[in-house]
Amino acid sequence: MAPKTRQSSIFDAQILRQAAIESLKKLDPRLVAKNPVMFVVEVGSLLTTLLWLRDRIFHPAGAAPGWFTLTVSLWLWFTVVFANLAEAVAEGRGKAQADALRKMRRDVTARKVVNGREERVSASSLRKGDVVVVEAGEMIPGDGEITEGVASVNESAITGESAPVIRESGGDRSAVTGGTTVLSDRIVVRITVNPGESFLDRMIGLVEGASRQKTPNEIALHILLVGLTLIFLFACVTLVPLAAYSGISLSVTAIVALLVCLIPTTIGGLLSAIGIAGMDRLLRKNVLAMSGRAVEAAGDVDVLLLDKTGTITLGNRMATEFLPAPGVRVEDLADAAQLASLADETPEGRSIVVLAKERFNLRGRELHGEAKFVAFSAQTRMSGCDVGGRVIRKGAMDAVAKHVAALNGSMPPELLAASGRISDSGGTPLAVSDGPRVLGVVELKDVVKGGIKERFERFRAMGIRTVMITGDNPRTAAAIAREAGVDDFLAEATPEAKMRLIQEQQGLGKLVAMTGDGTNDAPALAQADVGVAMNTGTQAAKEAGNMVDLDSNPTKLLEVVEVGKQLLMTRGTLTTFSIANDVAKYFAILPALFVAAYPEMAPLDVMHLASPYSAILSAVIFNAVIIVLLIPLALRGVRYRPLGAAAVLRRSLLVYGLGGVVAPFIGIKLIDLALAAAGIV
Amino acid sequence: MTVNGWLQIGLFFLAILVLTKPVGLYLHRVYEGERQPLPRLLGPVERWLYRLLGVDPAKEQDWKGYTVAMLLFSLFGLLGTYLILRLQAVLPLNPNKMAAVAPDLALNTAASFTTNTNWQSYSGESTMGYLAQMAGLAWHNFTSAAVGIGIALALARGLTRRPGPEGAKTIGSFWVDLVRGTLYVLLPVSFLLALFFVSQGVVQTLAPNVEIQTVEGAKQVITLGPVASQEVIKMFGTNGGGFFNANSAHPFENPTPLSNFVQLILIFAIPAGLTYTFGKMARDTRQGWALFAAMAVLCTTGVAVAYGAESHHNPALAGLAVNDQAGNTEGKEVRFGIAQSALFATVTTDASCGAVNAMHDSFTPIGGLVPLVNMQLGEVIFGGVGAGLYGMLVMAVLTVFIAGLMVGRTPEYLGKKIEGKEMKLAVLYILVFPLVVLTLAGWSAVVPYGTSSLNNGGPHGLSELLYAFTSGAANNGSAFAGLNANTKFWNLALALDMLAGRFLMIVPAMGIAGAMIGKKSVPSGPGTFPTDGPTFVALLVSVVIIVGALTYFPALSLGPVLEHFASLQGKLF
Repeated sequence: MAPKTRQSSIFDAQILRQAAIESLKKLDPRLVAKNPVMFVVEVGSLLTTLLWLRDRIFHPAGAAPGWFTLTVSLWLWFTVVFANLAEAVAEGRGKAQADALRKMRRDVTARKVVNGREERVSASSLRKGDVVVVEAGEMIPGDGEITEGVASVNESAITGESAPVIRESGGDRSAVTGGTTVLSDRIVVRITVNPGESFLDRMIGLVEGASRQKTPNEIALHILLVGLTLIFLFACVTLVPLAAYSGISLSVTAIVALLVCLIPTTIGGLLSAIGIAGMDRLLRKNVLAMSGRAVEAAGDVDVLLLDKTGTITLGNRMATEFLPAPGVRVEDLADAAQLASLADETPEGRSIVVLAKERFNLRGRELHGEAKFVAFSAQTRMSGCDVGGRVIRKGAMDAVAKHVAALNGSMPPELLAASGRISDSGGTPLAVSDGPRVLGVVELKDVVKGGIKERFERFRAMGIRTVMITGDNPRTAAAIAREAGVDDFLAEATPEAKMRLIQEQQGLGKLVAMTGDGTNDAPALAQADVGVAMNTGTQAAKEAGNMVDLDSNPTKLLEVVEVGKQLLMTRGTLTTFSIANDVAKYFAILPALFVAAYPEMAPLDVMHLASPYSAILSAVIFNAVIIVLLIPLALRGVRYRPLGAAAVLRRSLLVYGLGGVVAPFIGIKLIDLALAAAGIV
Repeated sequence: MTVNGWLQIGLFFLAILVLTKPVGLYLHRVYEGERQPLPRLLGPVERWLYRLLGVDPAKEQDWKGYTVAMLLFSLFGLLGTYLILRLQAVLPLNPNKMAAVAPDLALNTAASFTTNTNWQSYSGESTMGYLAQMAGLAWHNFTSAAVGIGIALALARGLTRRPGPEGAKTIGSFWVDLVRGTLYVLLPVSFLLALFFVSQGVVQTLAPNVEIQTVEGAKQVITLGPVASQEVIKMFGTNGGGFFNANSAHPFENPTPLSNFVQLILIFAIPAGLTYTFGKMARDTRQGWALFAAMAVLCTTGVAVAYGAESHHNPALAGLAVNDQAGNTEGKEVRFGIAQSALFATVTTDASCGAVNAMHDSFTPIGGLVPLVNMQLGEVIFGGVGAGLYGMLVMAVLTVFIAGLMVGRTPEYLGKKIEGKEMKLAVLYILVFPLVVLTLAGWSAVVPYGTSSLNNGGPHGLSELLYAFTSGAANNGSAFAGLNANTKFWNLALALDMLAGRFLMIVPAMGIAGAMIGKKSVPSGPGTFPTDGPTFVALLVSVVIIVGALTYFPALSLGPVLEHFASLQGKLF
């Protein structure tokens, strides 16, 4: 499944064709019954259809014209079909992905190790605890942990990322996924799941929506929709005797039409599509949510715990400044620092060489033969080189001070002050010496990722607090926190401290999200309300979290939260729209029902519709068509803007509340004009 | 419409605005305070009552315990009243020799007063003896009001209390709320203001009716009784059951414009004050003012529409030699005028009081639509004492649910999350009312024993029967008149209507209290939707209107709406 297949458009022809067939199959009352709102519509459709048949056969006196009953019942059926279509399109997009995944699940032969000997068995016969050998060019037969060896693995099948990744035994990079291919070397893998429970299986189940369960919020909304349906059922059914009292005999067709128009069919028809599409949107961002509940929880998150390294900072400290001692030219300092770092392959060392080149155009020199490089050791805590009689060293302030003291030199007090300033601002000072003389200090800094501050700004606007987790000391942590713009930080963090922080926040009733990859993150991932495990992480971490990020990009959490919010907002706005629509439908249908008996009611027909039949038909058609028109919105989700809650609400109320009142007036009138022009009514 | 009329209406709203905070603070002190007022005088009485009831005032109940106690207490009161009405002929204090009340009427009346409805299928002056008035009916005027306030406070506690680490389950003690409300709030005010009403000309005597000779020489019976003592609680407890059939239009119940003004204020005093009490309990008075604002918006709109409609003359009178500038004066007392009548009709139906100072049946179709819609909105526009607050809180729960979805957050109210269980109960709450009203109205509209009680045909007759069942289930008790409700069918149907409208709605409301009490309260942040701002008020108002109006619009269109359009063409019913 390459990333391209995930970009399928909303109305892919293939998906649409499948969905059209599917939407007819879904007319099965047993399936529709799961959605009480649509079930009422289906019963209504059946009722009007039977009525039409009865009228055809018996021709009772006073019956509505046959074409009217037939057209109404057809459009009622369409209403159900359109709702099914919405769901089928949403599912279809997942199915396409599932098919691609299923292709990879083809049975391979595994080399199972039994009593020290290799046996060739079918991958599907592997059980938890079995040990297999995989060599270059072979497919890994099942999810597991590497117990021996290191290999490069092509995981594009799962992640869509074609660059191979390194997997090795021990540590946090030991997990491998069934269906991925080993490109080099040989590894021994202990299988960790039984057949049918593998990552791939779960992924297929999730994208197909097979394992989809209604989320708590969806259930609550469903209750409201059922309640509204019942209320309108009372209102419509009791209208029959009240009208009878007034000398009006209402046809069943008219009452069913009124009922279907009033009950919240728009949101009722799109509700499950919205839920499926939410999961799907996450998947398009390469995040695999284990349940809809997790996606919903993401929208509610109050606190985000983010690891500093890799998430907030680029991960390595970089040289950012040369600060020479009094009387030393800065170029000399840069030159010495570069000399001392030429052989230093650590990211810090390389960054010094780069900085010297950028600032003073000092090229890295080849010093073979004439120079003796001194590598970093835990005892000296310095590295450097001896060249042309010069003894050049770089290292921590106290280490270099000790080194020059031994050569009868001393650390200038100005440099001590400078190093203090560097520490305060979150950097690390590195002293450089030439013989007994200290030339100056190189400032190493954690470089905060570009654009991260703006992302945190967005979070603050949403009302989400960000907390940076770091092993640094509090002083350094505070400086980076300030620079990155996080709200709080946890310095000198241990897994226990992390866990405590989560529990503390949850104790205050807040929802906590975090990312993690290591086995020691597993308890915290499990404790957090939203735990996003990195796909590169260990099996334990992946099991503990409720989402897996296939790109292993910790900042993805931001997008996860947005998708969660979008999901709820789409439901909310469509509910409002659906209910707001009822006003216009009343003004279309009620005068149509009563105006024959009471011509005085005519002023209530504010839309001046062509005829009572046209009024009812137009309302029913609008009610069905609006479902189709809103499918793209349901699948895409409403646009999320990181504004305060009050501002978001005002905006949505204006667009979907007021819009929901006005739109059907226009829509119904247009349909009525079209029907009249076509000579149907 | 006149400037004078608007000034009277404005003065009334100003008085309510000024009174809300002091009344709310007083209620908070009575119910939630450490020390109740007048400890020397009333403290011993309170303790004596607890001993009499055998309750420990320190022991709180969970929602089930509270609800069961309330139901048993109400059942006891209902049976007691039924017996008094049936046996009044043989009981003392019956100087006018009233006969035993018929079983169906006795049941209807007992249900009516127990539910704080005070629907009256009878005329007080020709049916009820003094004992029945004072013990059988006035008892409920006090206790049903105290029960209502108690339920509202229990729900408010469920929403606002912050559970300790071990969680909380209790939402107060029914018996303590009942005793305190009656003793510290309802009785003292009733006593003091009864004296004021006597000063205005309200009668107060145990003497029998007086027969006099009029100047024309005819004989006339002047009906008397202990009226002033019941008049205050009739308004203050939003009961509305008049001593006389003419209710507050009767000169012995409501003699002067000043007494009328005080009666209006008494109706809204507790319902308005409770919003402030709620704000105090939520530790954020803005929360209370938000509810107040939503209620005020709906109320002033109703008054404006009703006053506007009644200021127009009846189109049928056009061309006749009558002063058509005065507006629709039919069925109104000249001592109150159009403005005070329209205001009274709106206020009494906003706040499930049901007392009337004019005949709603005689209002213009739109003028009569206002009281009807007020009740159909679920009596949440200030509403009955307590009932208004708990009704509005259920609406607030529904509102935050929709609002929460729209801002992309699991909904929460006052920091507590609204989940499936609360939604189930809130939906149950809003289902009961239309189910009962529409079913009974639909039934009575097509059966001869239903329609035979109507005095008018056509849409006006439909309004009459719709009004009756709406008034009953909303526990309002005002009548559209023109309906002879004292038949077996109407008495029993309305008794069912009233009992369902009260207790079938209280139980889910209490369920919400029980579900919310143990929930953690999360401090609000910029991501939470604020429930104390104008956006919330606007949304709350819309939800109230949507839940009410969308449900009843079809029925209303065949009643007052149709009558309005017909009357514009000179057609009357």
